[in-house]
Amino acid sequence: MSGANDPYDPKQVAALSAEHLDAAVRKAREAFAGAADLEALAAVKPGHLGDRSPVLLARREIGALPPKAKAEAGKRVNEAQSAIKTAFEERFAVLQVERDERVLREESVDVTLPWDRFPRGARHPITTLAERIGDVFVAMGYEIAEGPELETEWFNFDALNFGKDHPARSMQDTFYIAPGDSQLVLRTHTSPVQARTLLDRELPVYVVCPGRTFRTDELDATHTPVFHQVEGLAVDKGLTMGHLKGTLDAFARAMFGEDSKTRLRPSFFPFTEPSAEVDVWFPEKKGGAGWVEWGGCGMVNPNVLRATGVDPDVYSGFAFGMGLERTLQFRNGLPDMRDMVEGDVRFTQPFGTEA
Amino acid sequence: MRVPVSWLVEHLGFDEVPTPDELAEAFTRIGIEVEEVSPLGPVTGPIVAGRVVEIEELTEFKKPIRYCKVEVGPEQVNQIICGATNFVEGDSVVVALPGAVLPGGFAISERKTYGRVSQGMICASDELGIGDDHSGILVLPTGTAQPGDDALELLGLNDSVIELAPTPDRGYAFSVRGLAREIACALDVPFGDPGVVEIPEPEGEAWPVHVEDRPGCSRFVARRVTGVDPTAPTPWWMRRRLMLAGMRSISLPVDVTNYVMLELGQPLHAFDAASLSGALTVRRALTGEKLTTLDDQVRALDSDDIVIADDSGVISLAGVMGGASTEVGDNSSDILLEAANWDPASIARTVRRHKLPSEAAKRFERTVDPALAPVALERAAKLLNHYAEGQIKPGRTDVGAPALPAPVSMPIDLPDRIAGVRYARGVTARRLGQIGCQVSVTTSEEGQTIVTAVPPTWRSDLVQPADLVEEVLRLEGYDTIPSVLPPAPAGRGLTEQQRRRRTVWRTLAEDGFVEVKPFPFIDPSVFDAFGLSADDIRRNTVGVLNPLEADKNVLATTLLPGLLETLQRNLARGAKDVSLYNIAQVTLPRAQQVPVPSLGVDRRPTEAEVASLLAALPNQPLHVAGVLTGHRELAGWWGKGAVADWSDAVEAARRAAQAYGVQLRVVASDLLPWHPGRCAELRVGDWPVGHAGELHPKVIEALGLPKRTVAFELDLDALPLDDHRPAPMVSAYPPVLLDVALVVDASVPVQSVSEVLGASAGDLLEDIRLFDVYTGEQAGEGKKSLAYSLRFRAPDRTLTVEEATSARDAAVAAAGERLGATLRA
Repeated sequence: MSGANDPYDPKQVAALSAEHLDAAVRKAREAFAGAADLEALAAVKPGHLGDRSPVLLARREIGALPPKAKAEAGKRVNEAQSAIKTAFEERFAVLQVERDERVLREESVDVTLPWDRFPRGARHPITTLAERIGDVFVAMGYEIAEGPELETEWFNFDALNFGKDHPARSMQDTFYIAPGDSQLVLRTHTSPVQARTLLDRELPVYVVCPGRTFRTDELDATHTPVFHQVEGLAVDKGLTMGHLKGTLDAFARAMFGEDSKTRLRPSFFPFTEPSAEVDVWFPEKKGGAGWVEWGGCGMVNPNVLRATGVDPDVYSGFAFGMGLERTLQFRNGLPDMRDMVEGDVRFTQPFGTEA
Repeated sequence: MRVPVSWLVEHLGFDEVPTPDELAEAFTRIGIEVEEVSPLGPVTGPIVAGRVVEIEELTEFKKPIRYCKVEVGPEQVNQIICGATNFVEGDSVVVALPGAVLPGGFAISERKTYGRVSQGMICASDELGIGDDHSGILVLPTGTAQPGDDALELLGLNDSVIELAPTPDRGYAFSVRGLAREIACALDVPFGDPGVVEIPEPEGEAWPVHVEDRPGCSRFVARRVTGVDPTAPTPWWMRRRLMLAGMRSISLPVDVTNYVMLELGQPLHAFDAASLSGALTVRRALTGEKLTTLDDQVRALDSDDIVIADDSGVISLAGVMGGASTEVGDNSSDILLEAANWDPASIARTVRRHKLPSEAAKRFERTVDPALAPVALERAAKLLNHYAEGQIKPGRTDVGAPALPAPVSMPIDLPDRIAGVRYARGVTARRLGQIGCQVSVTTSEEGQTIVTAVPPTWRSDLVQPADLVEEVLRLEGYDTIPSVLPPAPAGRGLTEQQRRRRTVWRTLAEDGFVEVKPFPFIDPSVFDAFGLSADDIRRNTVGVLNPLEADKNVLATTLLPGLLETLQRNLARGAKDVSLYNIAQVTLPRAQQVPVPSLGVDRRPTEAEVASLLAALPNQPLHVAGVLTGHRELAGWWGKGAVADWSDAVEAARRAAQAYGVQLRVVASDLLPWHPGRCAELRVGDWPVGHAGELHPKVIEALGLPKRTVAFELDLDALPLDDHRPAPMVSAYPPVLLDVALVVDASVPVQSVSEVLGASAGDLLEDIRLFDVYTGEQAGEGKKSLAYSLRFRAPDRTLTVEEATSARDAAVAAAGERLGATLRA
């Protein structure tokens, strides 16, 4: 090295020679390219861009050059340093991408692992069905009426035109409440809500009542002593059996699809006259589309209107009732009604909250 | 009711007889329910009448076996093995010869059996498909057929039986007469009424009769036939019809009464007149009286039973079953035939009381045509005269005058208005005439056309215009009624309560509970397993008079017994981690049971009457309850999971209440069946609405449940329908977060500390949350440390740490003052 004030030719300062600087750039490029990862790159960086790196050391020599030579030497050093920086940054960017990709790769998991951490809950399909039927009728402007399960004979039978000793009364196998003369029963149908509604509400009334009902049938594949019905009642001026049919058809379509419809067969219920059995056309019936017995219906018997203070010369009405277990059984093709009452979670869970 | 098609169409003027299926369809269309259509047979091959010539009893077998020589044609005798013993030499029987095929594909061939060659089979009626009697082989009345006659024709196997289930309002349809008339109406064909019979003028009485109970017996008619040949057999055609209708042949007089009943619908009774002593009296039974009925049962009579008595006492349970002492027997030749109209309600009660349903009672309960008694007696007497040479005595007893149906008037267009159909002119009058009404049409003062129908005697069910409307509509066909939606009313949607209940229902399911619906019937001994004291309110149950399971004879006052039983069923079937819930009414007797008032139905009850009716019912609030056992969070690749504990039960109840819009408060309690140290009473304000926690270990042991099973139950109806209208103000300024750890006595409930802190930290406190509970050395003996994080925020500015700190300190000071809380060092 020469002293600061020595008058010498820059071309003769080896460190500032083009060959020397080109070699420094070449070596830096080789070193960066040889760094396999960011850590290795960081390790070689000081040797080429640090204070003691050849280019930085060369820059120190510039001060000693004569003014004429400074500019040219400085330009050469700057170009060399810039080339090394660029080489570093390019390599850095490549290695960073490689590193990010590796990290993401290493963090990958088996997303097919099962997640059954919290067992699923479910509503009973009868609950869901009752709610759905309620919604269908609420959409038609009806309201949902309710009544108690333990009922007076007056509401369950008398007000519905069941004569005291008429065979129709014993046809509904009734659970009686002790003592023997209590005149209380477990309601055998949701129809007592008809009488309650007519006593309670202003006319006209359009109500449905889903609810639990009771008859002394032994539990088997197609009977259960505790079951559910939905009752419909409309009392207004000018209601006809055609309106009943129209309502049932709309109900059937909502439950069983656009191709469904109903058929009425004459029958007898004390609380309706004329009365009918309702069959529904079920397109998805097992073994092919066909008629399925669905429930009972009719025009409200004037005696029921009289017993609840409605003038049958001014008002007329219709009523209908269906069994929910039966509906669910044929709609879903369930072979055994016992499954609906036993409460095995394996039966209910597949229905979820909104089956 | 089972009716052979051949019998039905006998009264109808068909040009071409419809098929049984067409008849069934016609019945269905007009409202007579068809249960079954059963064609007879099929029988093919040689089936002939035979005469038993000789019987050889084979004794070497375990049961009696006969080897018979049977004449089956001119000069042809077959040897046939037979296991029945109800016939004698000379009897006429039906023989299936080798080559015949009986119903069910039962092929007859010559074969060796019981060590003999058997050339055919002597048939029982069920083997021929014409009855269900297999008590012996079918013995034909003497003279019915000659050996070798084709039995197919004789048996009338080219026939079908239609089984019908008329609705209980149509008593007339429990007869061939009524059913044939229905078909005549349905298919518009002529009908020859077998109920139209010439009744000769009587000469005197048939028997002295006193009807003391006119309400119970509106008409009593008797006719006497003497000199009846007791050995006269029932003619084959009659036996066949009885058999096909499902009745057994007993003796000619009894068969005749049954036959006439099936044909006309009027039950008859035949007394052995020689066994009667003195005049007959119709009255109610006296307390203590007994009667041995025809089925040889001794029955203690009720003072509500209508009976027929003579000087010897009660001889018949009227309208239900005759007595044994005056039964027509093998030697009876003097027969008193009786036909009456009994009060339907009384008969129904007697049937129920004595559990004695009979063909007669079934018809009387549904009301029998009051004009029919003398007709039926005449028909029966003539049959006895014809088939048993009985002398019909000229006398007839006829007491009483039954009420005949009253005329019913209505606007002639009422059927149109009810159906929503414009029927063709004259339809209403024509249809009413067709069912037997006398119809007249008039014009009212207002100019309205009125039709008045006098119903026929057999239609006591036609009492109001709606009844006439139904007749017109059903005969015109319900399929002609259009489908029209009524205009939609302005509904109000679900009530607030209905919407909130639905949310509760859904919330628990979304929370992992599976809904079950146990029956409300429980065994009261479950309350012993629950350890309830004798005076516990939950033991105060409503009983069921006729439970299906004798021990489950009361209605649930709590949903837990049903849920726990369902839980056990699931566990028994291998489930381990189970969360169940149930939402249902429970039945809670009132402190003071009010009797049910007797109300009529001829008018609307008064408000007071309705109120007393409702007051007579027990309370039936809607409860929600749940049980949990096993893991609430399952173990898996993510970790060990978590076992359900008391806090899950409390939380489920709180969530249910939250779904209803109510925040529950929790207070320590010790109600059975819960663990005394792990039972939460759930309150709305200070009002208890339910409980939650872990079940008592003794209860768990008694019921065989898994350890640490937890449960909750809430009275949903006790939750108030609070107006829930939040109007939150959300501040966008930054919060100040401060933690504080307080040491309190272990006995101080956390909820109290939280409440004091929350109430004392001022308006700047936005949220408070307990994040740790520590008990141990550093907290001190009998102490616990509670670590809270508090979030403060101002609505209108950036809060300073100093402000927040002073609010926190105020809260801590209040906790120190009221609960002895100290800051943890």
